[in-house]
Amino acid sequence: MSELHRRFPWKARRGLHRASVLAAGLALAVSLTGHALEPREFQTEAQEQRFNALTEELRCTVCQNQSLADSDVPLAEDLRDEIQTMLEQGNSDEDIKRFLVDRYGDFVLYRPPVRGNTLLLWLAPLLLLTTGAAVMAITIHRRRVMLAEEALDEAISIESADFDDADAPEQDPRS
Amino acid sequence: MSRILPLAVFLALCGLLLFGLWTSGDKSELPSPLIGKPAPAFSLPTLYDPERVVSNADLAGEPYVVNFWGSWCPTCVEEHPVVTQLAESGRVRVVGFNFRDEREDAKAWLARFGNPYDMHLFDYDGRMSIDFGVYRAPETFLVDANGIIVFKHLGALTPEILEKEFYPRLGNASRASSGP
Repeated sequence: MSELHRRFPWKARRGLHRASVLAAGLALAVSLTGHALEPREFQTEAQEQRFNALTEELRCTVCQNQSLADSDVPLAEDLRDEIQTMLEQGNSDEDIKRFLVDRYGDFVLYRPPVRGNTLLLWLAPLLLLTTGAAVMAITIHRRRVMLAEEALDEAISIESADFDDADAPEQDPRS
Repeated sequence: MSRILPLAVFLALCGLLLFGLWTSGDKSELPSPLIGKPAPAFSLPTLYDPERVVSNADLAGEPYVVNFWGSWCPTCVEEHPVVTQLAESGRVRVVGFNFRDEREDAKAWLARFGNPYDMHLFDYDGRMSIDFGVYRAPETFLVDANGIIVFKHLGALTPEILEKEFYPRLGNASRASSGP
């Protein structure tokens, strides 16, 4: 190791710099995509499938934009434990959802129930679609009428021009 | 007219979105489905004496405040002076629910910041916090004399919240006894 490298050890690592940045980047990418959630043991495959389906459609109340299946906060882990226990005790999916809704409210459901205060939410897509379709229909209709009128005007002007021509006294080229 | 219409629609949409932004407040604060319902049944050991178990029935008859806290929670330090103020007002029993914590850490925290609470229950695995629908810390519930949850606050308590939400629900009567 040179004197320079002994005095400035970080300079010796410069060659490693690019590699370590790359490694850090990869590590970050991996940590962002794959959560290190503990794998779970289930009694039956059906239970595992129900567990996966349930945790996918239940929201984590702490992070709110993640499902219970994705979140690695302690509460989500505890709730996953709770769901697994309830599954193993033979509770239905509805029982499990009710358990969570009773404690955290409808918000935990990614698909809220159709009720008075969620009716607008459920009908909004249909409403927007209908409005859009109506606007489009009116526009198309107007354009058609406009085009038809234009065509008619044109036809009339051509016709009247023809008529004018026909009406005009014939010029005798000889006279 | 046909030129103004798209602009008008655009401005109306902007107005709607701004209205949503200004009026919605904290979107992460969820309405608790527990308001107006009996407090979940609990039966927990106290923090200082693992042998002593306290349940709903032991606290019934007078209102009490359930304050979920942990020594790992920075906002709990922030709200501690306000919890102290509430407990020292003598108007209601303040019961700490220490959750997801270690006994020694919790006791050290109380030794450091002071312990104005009437008692602390120890919810080691946080199971009771799930029954109360707690998803952050601190969370504070006001339970009336009949054991019904009448108010819940998410996050740090403030003197304003005590004045506006807690004291009016407690009436003017000062506490008769100092609780169990």
